[in-house]
Amino acid sequence: MIKQIEGSQAVAEAVALCRPEVICAYPISPQTHIVEGLGALVKSGELVPCEFLNVESEFAAMSVAIGSSAAGARTYTATASQGLLFMVEAVYNASGLGLPIVMTVANRAIGAPINIWNDHSDSMSQRDCGWIQLFAESNQEALDLHIQAFKLAEEMSMPVMVCMDGFILTHAYEQVDMPEQAQVDAFLPPYEPRQVLDPADPVSIGAMVGPEAFMEVRYLAHAKQTMALDRIPEIADEFKEVFGRDAGGLVRGYRIDDAETIVVALGSVVGTLEETIDTLRAEGVKIGVLSIRCFRPFPMAAVRAALARTARVVVLEKSFSVGLGGIVSTDVRLAMVRIHVRGYTVVAGLGGRPITQDSLLRVLRLAVADELKNLTFLDLDWDIVNRHLAREAASRHTGPLPEALLRDIGASAPRNR
Amino acid sequence: MTQPIKFYQTGTFTVGNRLLPEDKRTVQSSIARDNSLNSGHRACQGCGEALGARYAVDAAMRATEGQLIAANATGCLEVFSTPYPETSWQLPWIHSLFGNAAAVGSGIAAALKVKAAKAGLPEAVTRVIAQGGDGGTTDIGFGCLSGMFERNDDVLYICYDNEGYMNTGVQRSSATPPAARTATTQPLGPEPGAEFGKGKNVPLIAVAHEIPYVATATVADLHDLEAKVEKAMSLRGARYLHVFVPCPLGWGAASCDTIRLARLARETGLFPVFEAEDGEITAVTKIRRPVPVDEYLRLQKRYAHLFGAKGHPETIARIQAMADKNIKRFGLLDVEGAA
Ligand SMILES: Cc1ncc(C[n+]2csc(CCOP(=O)(O)OP(=O)(O)O)c2C)c(N)n1
Ligand code: SF4
Ligand SMILES: [Mg+2]
Repeated sequence: MIKQIEGSQAVAEAVALCRPEVICAYPISPQTHIVEGLGALVKSGELVPCEFLNVESEFAAMSVAIGSSAAGARTYTATASQGLLFMVEAVYNASGLGLPIVMTVANRAIGAPINIWNDHSDSMSQRDCGWIQLFAESNQEALDLHIQAFKLAEEMSMPVMVCMDGFILTHAYEQVDMPEQAQVDAFLPPYEPRQVLDPADPVSIGAMVGPEAFMEVRYLAHAKQTMALDRIPEIADEFKEVFGRDAGGLVRGYRIDDAETIVVALGSVVGTLEETIDTLRAEGVKIGVLSIRCFRPFPMAAVRAALARTARVVVLEKSFSVGLGGIVSTDVRLAMVRIHVRGYTVVAGLGGRPITQDSLLRVLRLAVADELKNLTFLDLDWDIVNRHLAREAASRHTGPLPEALLRDIGASAPRNR
Repeated sequence: MTQPIKFYQTGTFTVGNRLLPEDKRTVQSSIARDNSLNSGHRACQGCGEALGARYAVDAAMRATEGQLIAANATGCLEVFSTPYPETSWQLPWIHSLFGNAAAVGSGIAAALKVKAAKAGLPEAVTRVIAQGGDGGTTDIGFGCLSGMFERNDDVLYICYDNEGYMNTGVQRSSATPPAARTATTQPLGPEPGAEFGKGKNVPLIAVAHEIPYVATATVADLHDLEAKVEKAMSLRGARYLHVFVPCPLGWGAASCDTIRLARLARETGLFPVFEAEDGEITAVTKIRRPVPVDEYLRLQKRYAHLFGAKGHPETIARIQAMADKNIKRFGLLDVEGAA
């Protein structure tokens, strides 16, 4: 059914169609509307039987999810940013235990300075945690990916994180095609756990493992993610058969076949990039976009194949490893080993800074001319940065850094000391 | 170590199982016991936690006719019972993390509730316990515990209180009593051992949550412990049981003194044994003859710095004052004015 609804509501309805049995969550912007929507569906009796737990922290949310999943219930939670970091110990535990929990991450920056707006720092901080990480380009894809995520997670006995850009997607009203319950039921079989807490057949889950087998346990997690590389495109095909549209998969290229320059990106910015690419194509620039839809497992072969014949790769990412540079870029470079292409990293949109077509056109033109710096921060105001560095060199007592920057650019407020 | 053998009656049930009517016998006296925490685990000799868990879990198994799932926090109980591929647990058991046993329990209970609803049952048949040490309960797991209480999730949480982080080598927790030596409250300086005026009383905090049932117990009175587990399992909602479990290794006590120490903790008044329902204290185990605290303290090397030529009698007096306060506050004395 075609609906004009908020991204969060679309995800809530899609999750409800998957018949989750336990939902637990702790509120954090921009995830709130998703769990509010689900809470309402449970409370109204539209989604029954389902237990909705309002927990006291994200650490508890993931811990409740661990318990309910281990007891054999289809389990869902959602978080973002600080909340994802607050639950990290349990996030690793869930994947270590092999529990197929599905979690939405409504991508948001990580503080300090506290910032509620979108970037990918939260999900990227968990790229090594053993969860499958899928990134949605649009609200339609976000809701479709959730339906695929339960199937994938439960087949692989592995948790799946569906990452969707906070506010940009979660709070955007867009037209979506909401599946029918019968379609979802046809696509997603009931959950049959590989291990379950059951008095009829008692098992011990989560006991200690020493050096004699720990490496093998870890390796098998990797082996399973590698297997997921095969299953993810198959599941996307199965999805297409039932729902009649493309969603998910590992990567998606746009105008890359003859492209001499390929921009690699994740999430909603891909849409903006496609329009930018159309503009550049109209000028005769041979350029395309590669959207990474599955970041973990990292689709090394698919990325390599897509980039093999291009001359230049620009990774545009909303995340950043302090002291190194790009995070996505590091993985993309690994996929490009011994392919002789020029590589650029553009860090963009941190803390919600808008990524405009004008700015993209500017950096991409520089890239095409090979005049771009290897590591570029899109729309970074060097004057502000340099003035602050000068202040720090001149005085020991420069105070809280963000305050100094904001005063410098004239955001006025009375001094409180 | 040799020990003088004494025959004396400490409580109503010391006469042994043989002479008791069937229904008064401990779970362990029956060959039909579940042995949920089976033999072969690696606890120290005389471990109070192993004893407490064995009785508590088997009592819960009996109460639920074996329809029980356990969530366990990191700590001695988890480590000594389960390095893979071995496990002492003969019931479905999950260890997730140090600080989340209560929340994992909540999650299991939620799953069971949905499964019951799908099966057309009014409530879950399979029940849940969550368990951990004092550190996993009163410190790092406190947020999850309070959340589980506040939501009144159908979980019995059992805290095995050995008054310190034993698994990591005997460090202070918020259940470590004043003056006790731990690896992080050294017997040095003018106020040796753990400081006075710190720590928290989690059983009373549990009572303040007004949950259906809160009780304390010790491994000195296993019938009482079992009865409280059974009572707890007869109720729905959040329940809390705080069991005093001496730790020979951490306390510097003889393995054979575990039961004696647990008994003395109660008889001095240092560990009040009580029950509460819906926020009201409903019963206390009376002390027939209050024992001076130094009889209890003397048996433990963690208090050794309080005794001897360079001892701290004034500190012992402060501990005695704590015991006296408990006796008054909880009305622990059997005969009025017999203090
Ligand atoms: C997050 C985290 N912090 C610290 C530890 C280390 N740790 C494991 S067990 C333990 C002590 C357990 O103490 P307690 O809960 O009182 O149980 P006991 O061993 O005394 O029975 C500690 C500190 C851990 N496993 N996880
Ligand atoms: S250290 Fe203490 S709690 Fe741990 S096994 Fe030994 S006696 Fe038991
Ligand atoms: Mg302890």
